[in-house]
Amino acid sequence: MISADLNIVLPELILAVYAMGALMFAVYTGKDATAPLILGSTAALMAALGVWIAISGSGAATAFGGAFIDDGFSRFAKVIILLSAAAILLMSQSYMERIGILKFEYPILIALATVGMMMMVSAGDLMALYMGLELQSLSLYVIAALHRDDQRSTEAGLKYFVLGALSSGLLLYGASLTYGYAGTTLFSGILETISDGKMPIGLLLGLVFLFAGLAFKVSAAPFHMWTPDVYEGSPTPVTAFFATAPKVAAMALFARVAHDAFGTVTADWTQIIALLSVVSMFLGAIAAIGQRDIKRLMAYSSIAHMGFALMGLAAGTMFGIQAMLIYLAIYVVMNIGTFAFILSMERDGQPVTDIDGLHQYSKAEPLKALALLVLMFSLAGVPPMVGFFGKFYVLQAAVDADLAWLAVAGVIASVIGAFYYLRIVYFMYFGEERDAIQTPMNAYNWAALVGAAVIMVAGVVNLFGVEALAAAAAETLVN
Amino acid sequence: MTLAVFTFYVFSTIVILAGLLTVLSRNPVHSVLWLILAFFTSAGLFVLLGAEFVAMLLVIVYVGAVAVLFLFVVMMLDVDFAELKAEMARFMPVAMLIGVVLLMELGLVFGVWNFADQAGDLRQAVTPSLSEAHNTQALGEIVYTQYIYLFQAAGLILLVAMIGAIVLTLRHRPNIKRQNIVAQINRDPAQAMELKNVKPGQGL
Amino acid sequence: MTEFFATNLGIALIIIAQSLALIAFVMISLLFLVYGDRKIWAAVQMRRGPNVVGAWGLLQSVADAMKYVFKEIVIPAGADKTVFMLAPMMSFVLAILAWAVIPFNDTWVLANLNVAILYVFAISSLEVYGVIMGGWASNSKYPFLGSLRSAAQMISYEVSIGLIIIGVILSTGSLNFGDIVRAQDGDWGIFNWYLWPHLPMVVLFFVSALAETNRPPFDLPEAESELVAGYQVEYSSTPFLLFMAGEYIAIFLMCALITLLFFGGWLSPIPGLPDGALWMVAKMGFFFFLFAMVKAIVPRYRYDQLMRLGWKVFLPFSLAWVTFVAFAAQFGWFWGGYARWAVGG
Repeated sequence: MISADLNIVLPELILAVYAMGALMFAVYTGKDATAPLILGSTAALMAALGVWIAISGSGAATAFGGAFIDDGFSRFAKVIILLSAAAILLMSQSYMERIGILKFEYPILIALATVGMMMMVSAGDLMALYMGLELQSLSLYVIAALHRDDQRSTEAGLKYFVLGALSSGLLLYGASLTYGYAGTTLFSGILETISDGKMPIGLLLGLVFLFAGLAFKVSAAPFHMWTPDVYEGSPTPVTAFFATAPKVAAMALFARVAHDAFGTVTADWTQIIALLSVVSMFLGAIAAIGQRDIKRLMAYSSIAHMGFALMGLAAGTMFGIQAMLIYLAIYVVMNIGTFAFILSMERDGQPVTDIDGLHQYSKAEPLKALALLVLMFSLAGVPPMVGFFGKFYVLQAAVDADLAWLAVAGVIASVIGAFYYLRIVYFMYFGEERDAIQTPMNAYNWAALVGAAVIMVAGVVNLFGVEALAAAAAETLVN
Repeated sequence: MTLAVFTFYVFSTIVILAGLLTVLSRNPVHSVLWLILAFFTSAGLFVLLGAEFVAMLLVIVYVGAVAVLFLFVVMMLDVDFAELKAEMARFMPVAMLIGVVLLMELGLVFGVWNFADQAGDLRQAVTPSLSEAHNTQALGEIVYTQYIYLFQAAGLILLVAMIGAIVLTLRHRPNIKRQNIVAQINRDPAQAMELKNVKPGQGL
Repeated sequence: MTEFFATNLGIALIIIAQSLALIAFVMISLLFLVYGDRKIWAAVQMRRGPNVVGAWGLLQSVADAMKYVFKEIVIPAGADKTVFMLAPMMSFVLAILAWAVIPFNDTWVLANLNVAILYVFAISSLEVYGVIMGGWASNSKYPFLGSLRSAAQMISYEVSIGLIIIGVILSTGSLNFGDIVRAQDGDWGIFNWYLWPHLPMVVLFFVSALAETNRPPFDLPEAESELVAGYQVEYSSTPFLLFMAGEYIAIFLMCALITLLFFGGWLSPIPGLPDGALWMVAKMGFFFFLFAMVKAIVPRYRYDQLMRLGWKVFLPFSLAWVTFVAFAAQFGWFWGGYARWAVGG
């Protein structure tokens, strides 16, 4: 029995054992001198696991008495998580070296966080959910404060930790109320107790607390307060990581809990999610307007994007989940490209993050400026780019689920939000002369930036088949 | 009133009183000492429940290790608790408001609380029958066999906590003398000292 | 009469009588242990030791105890009175409490707990409070430093003691002392004891026991050349007596633990001879002799060396041993020497 279970969790097992082995290896050999090697091998392993899961996975299975679920939905999320984490790792090396914090623990903590995320998307039990979430969060708290001699980095870590602990508390409280009602922590068991579609008030309260905790992790307004400060204070590669894989994992977990544990009472939670969604979209769009720091700007941008992704979940349908998955995949690619650019921004050898430095950027680096233009258009959701299709899918899902008001609100928010993306483009092409920034890039970052831009244009044809994959994944979750 | 019931009330009263005094004590060290009493008495309550293994673990882990470190920190901390309390008093109204709201919510839930029909059976299904297995054994089966996945995950979380503590705080200070046991043992008189033949009246 | 002992009152009386008998045994042995400790120490240093009160000085400890009791209790002005007085009492009472589960013969045990070994471990982990509270309540530098040292030291060595105990538990499959001793019973007398399969751990346990009870060479909490007398500086008369008595009782308890865990408790080492409580007491006496010899012979450790030994040598080694024993017990290596399960494995 145990070997069958282990077979199912093999990818997680490999990554966890690898992290421990790498830790021992580095501690007993060159310590931080081995960091580039470990970083490379971690990225390679994660990419390999991602490809392996994508190719080999089939069917659905549960392990450890239902605590771990391996199905199409979890595999879809895992592939995105693993590949994006690997990409961010490779992109971050030169930056971390430049500011002197390339420690060997960094890739190992990322690997452990990734294990946590994989556990999250596969969770089939409230306890497994919490374990995965904590493993992920704890690793992220640490890497947020990795630049420990920098006041803002430590502040970011501490803020993230304190608020994260609060949200974990909310989540646990919700989980205990849920357990109290249902008498089991298994999602399938909880679903069974509400199979008649009636929602008792105690369980409803548990659900609200659970969702509040999860909303914090996806940084959906009004639980977003930590996001701008943490994004701004953390080392930029860490910010890039925050903006991609953990968001996918938390959203997937959100969908998992909503559908696997509370799938018979969709009416009770879609309204909560719809509210979160609309508040996030507007807050992300409006609050970002005043930002001059591109990391804070990306923070608000991610809040808005999470609002859109939540719209798919709010629909409460299979098509909604499919739209959410497509949206997440596109969102991650756009962010990887954008952060590849942000990571290379510097003035006189010092990393900078203010958008004023982008004035007249297109004169100096036409190709990179073009790539960034494409990405910004895509983030804004301007029609020919792939980003538009992501928005289109979730809006359609909302309309299909009789949430036309939500869809209209989404359109308005996206128009408001377009302002600050387009302002960056405006600066690059029509700005006045200021002291310019340089963007020296190594091959990885260049490839990530240009590659993401190319995907944003070329994907228009058929989205590289993601649509069908997401549909298959959504089907395994909702039935 | 049987002996067990009587003991239960004695222990419960002590736990509650100790808990109250933990919060109300002016001296933080006394607070920790009351907290220890509360832990210890809770262990007594576990024994009454028939869960003696958990009771012993509570004493060993919480009282024997965690509270000692607590006590350590509180004794060493140079914190002006009066100032801290004054600070707290400023936010008291807001805190009270939130507390009251939460309490009312809890009351509301309690008033209308009901269990799912299957809840009892589902809860039973997880634990081995205590008539067949000793409670220590039952606990072992649940933690190490049934929930092995969660147990290992918890281990990973602790590993991350350990790595985090080291990454964020360890500094290798240069110019510090450390004892190198191997070097010390391998030293022999030939390397350690040098004999000089000092001629009288000349010095070195 | 037998009916009376079946009633609640009767049972209570029996329990009280048994407890008193046990305490009497512990206290009387305490008197002669202190005497023996001093005699052995003196012999190593080629002195005579106490030889005035009673025949060969046998009643010296009684005289000392009387003297302590009749002296005035001095409480420093800045001390936290309640905690100051509570500390020695805790130290003494906890030391005695642990004896409740120690069996002296097959059925001679006050409380036959299922988790007896954990109980002893829990109580001995509490003993650190007497030291910390005493050091802190004295409101004085040296006692405080001494208590901090002691807290760190006791917690460090508790970890390895715990792991060593787990090894024995794995071999036995029970947390009950009776089961642990019975698992060491066999046709070969001394060769059946856990002493042989767990030999490295016997050494580790003995050293850890020295550190856990603040005995030389690990008596840093009261290192007189650095800290005057550590946490005991401000204590006088009866409270001091309680501290000292608590310390010796804890040491004697450690002797009992080694005997039960590795040396077959009340079992006779030679196959033909009958088992019995006498063997138990004799073995405990032997280990106390070793404690005293160590005190006389080994020089004191430095604090960083003590910590290094605890965390970097004992901890990894005992952890590795637990892993080894787990495999050896599960797969029956070494002719099942590691798997003597009392309950069905």
